Amino acid sequence: MLGRTANGLYWMFRYIERAENSARLIDAGLRMSLTRSEATEDDWDGVLQSSGVRDIYDDLYEKLTSADAIDFLLRDRANPSSVMSCIDSGRNNARMVRTALTRETWEATNECWLDLKSTLSRRIRPADLPEVIDGIKRMTGLIRGAFHGTMLRNEIFNFSRIGTFIERADNTARILDVKYYVLLPAVSQVGSSIDNVQWESILRSVSAHRSYGWVYEAEYKPSNIADFLILNGRMPRSLAYCYDKIVSNLGYLAREYGEGHAAHATAEETLSSLRNHSIKDVMDQGLHEYIENFISHNNRLGQEISDGYRFN
Amino acid sequence: MMNADNSPRQPYSTYNDWYSAQDKARLIAKSKEAENIFRKTGITFAVYGHADSSEKLIPFDLIPRIISGREWRKLAQGIEQRVIALNAFLDDIYHKQEIIKAGRVPRELIERNVAFLPQMIGFRPPGGVYTHIVGTDIVRTGEDQFYVLEDNARTPSGVSYMLENRETMMQMFPELFHQNRVRPVENYPYLLRHSLASLAPPGCEGKPRVAVLTPGIYNSAYYEHAFLADMMGVELVEGSDLRVIDGKVKMRTTRGYEAIDVLYRRVDDDYLDPLTFKPESALGIPGIMDVYRAGNITIANAPGTGICDDKAIYSYMPEIVEFYTGRKALLENVPTWRCSEDDSLKYVLENLADLVVKEVHGSGGYGMLVGPTASKKERAAFAEKLRARPANYIAQPTLSLSTVPILVNKGIAPRHVDLRPYVLVSDKVQIIPGGLTRVALKAGSLVVNSSQGGGTKDTWVLED
Repeated sequence: MLGRTANGLYWMFRYIERAENSARLIDAGLRMSLTRSEATEDDWDGVLQSSGVRDIYDDLYEKLTSADAIDFLLRDRANPSSVMSCIDSGRNNARMVRTALTRETWEATNECWLDLKSTLSRRIRPADLPEVIDGIKRMTGLIRGAFHGTMLRNEIFNFSRIGTFIERADNTARILDVKYYVLLPAVSQVGSSIDNVQWESILRSVSAHRSYGWVYEAEYKPSNIADFLILNGRMPRSLAYCYDKIVSNLGYLAREYGEGHAAHATAEETLSSLRNHSIKDVMDQGLHEYIENFISHNNRLGQEISDGYRFN
Repeated sequence: MMNADNSPRQPYSTYNDWYSAQDKARLIAKSKEAENIFRKTGITFAVYGHADSSEKLIPFDLIPRIISGREWRKLAQGIEQRVIALNAFLDDIYHKQEIIKAGRVPRELIERNVAFLPQMIGFRPPGGVYTHIVGTDIVRTGEDQFYVLEDNARTPSGVSYMLENRETMMQMFPELFHQNRVRPVENYPYLLRHSLASLAPPGCEGKPRVAVLTPGIYNSAYYEHAFLADMMGVELVEGSDLRVIDGKVKMRTTRGYEAIDVLYRRVDDDYLDPLTFKPESALGIPGIMDVYRAGNITIANAPGTGICDDKAIYSYMPEIVEFYTGRKALLENVPTWRCSEDDSLKYVLENLADLVVKEVHGSGGYGMLVGPTASKKERAAFAEKLRARPANYIAQPTLSLSTVPILVNKGIAPRHVDLRPYVLVSDKVQIIPGGLTRVALKAGSLVVNSSQGGGTKDTWVLED
């Protein structure tokens, strides 16, 4: 397979994952502003930070308003992580690797792009937002469904999955990075109502507010939330789950190619750290430091994969 | 489609029975359905200079253009003769130049031609084949009367539309293919791959590795490049994937660099090798021409074949065919005035209103004047350009092209068409039965180019 094709697949799935994540962050932000009587623009500040685009926003807008923040996250092409930018980039990469995709996967991607290009051609009225966000989740879900239902489980599949999970791990880690302070045990063991809203918002931004209840008996506790997002191997957006998938997909590649790279050691090291620590260890080490460390390792892994498999 | 007495022409008779029984509203709905299929699949082309509509659909008309087996056989013979002559001509002008010595074609027309590549002099491509893929543009003016409009020996495009049009028709109207015995075109990608692989260079070890070279996703024909690579099961590469290593052209894969033996390139000569041609080109592969000349890669079509697409060369095709095949050309050329010649220029200027004037190096329907439909002002402006650079132009009469029916909201209406059959050259010449029929969708219009509002239809050659 061409190095450029592997690169294209990796980024196609990173961008689609990021588009979905941006939509989910907007969703969580909206929800928070509905639940709180004294909703502040600070909530949107957290969302912009989690998306990693606060600086770009400040370059473009005088002040922070929820309407501008939503528009910026949804459809501003000046924001490389906006839903529209991600779908543009994802689809461009898909066009580049067209020969590696099944017709179904390509068509789902192309239809998502055609639809959003028209839906997001103008500002979305607040009343229409929930429907638009649902549409985005549905269409990215269709891409994933077509991909899983029709693609051969070969190297093409592996590079796509690695892209998905590197991006997803990065997204979850960023949410934790921005909100780590509400998860610190020192703050309070019994959540105030403000804490409850914050906690629920974190869970919502990884679509885990329902499943959390099942796993932790419907009791909000910062250490449990951190455990769920970081160490729980059954939670599909947790760091441990993402790394389990990254390691297994890299493993398939190593077996097929008969050789491993620096990336393999890095990924395995991160996974074993996620497996062998308890949330108490993480908290003792310092949650913030742990997450920052994780993000930089995750970035390094991306670079090592790109080098090892000659993406450029 | 019709005879003079308004009865359907013989190849259309079965189709006509079917058509008469159809609910017209259903056909219009099907037509929309076809458009949706194309949009969804992303069968698009880009129109340069249209920033807002970077990807467009080519309109598809669902009434097939039907050619009888008998008419096709005659046409195919003429095309085969012409393609053999084109290859012989290319081999000659890059070697002994006997046609120039014999005084049949003027020396300066060859040697001063921008599409003539001195780098090819004395070099013979693997198998002696220059034009691996040819798309000859043909118009029909009446029963058994065909004219060649252009030869397209450089990089003919549009074959993906031939294949997708057929695919769409078979999906929408399977019953038509039971009622009519239509010769298949679907195996084109296999034929293409085998044809390319059979011309692997002498330096090829083991099974020939074929790849398609594209300028990238922003090229107007990118869809076709990806489609053909996919259907042939070969890699689609860009210049940045390729590098010359140890005297071979190699592509960067996830496992390291691997050699390519046959490159089906969809980039122009100028962008092939920055060391030999345009130094500023970012698309090319530095050193590929040296690998080529050393016999370690096959480039299809060969560099320097573009000279056959020159419209001044075209005007000599009857002489060229006769010179190399020893027989009169079976297919006629459209009579052509070379404006470089004083008498012709005078005639052309006096008769602009009846002529089509084209640039010798032009393509895509750009930079031409269609005299009968142009305004007086447009003709006057064009006459100025003609006087300033006469050698840059040729002129042809407007032929009374035959028409075929298309589906419009009110039923069917006649429109002008041309036909581009695709030809593969290896140790044999294979002509795909059918091709791309392009149709001028505006009533009365003679311009069929997709960049100028033309559409396409499925083309049937019947087994009879």
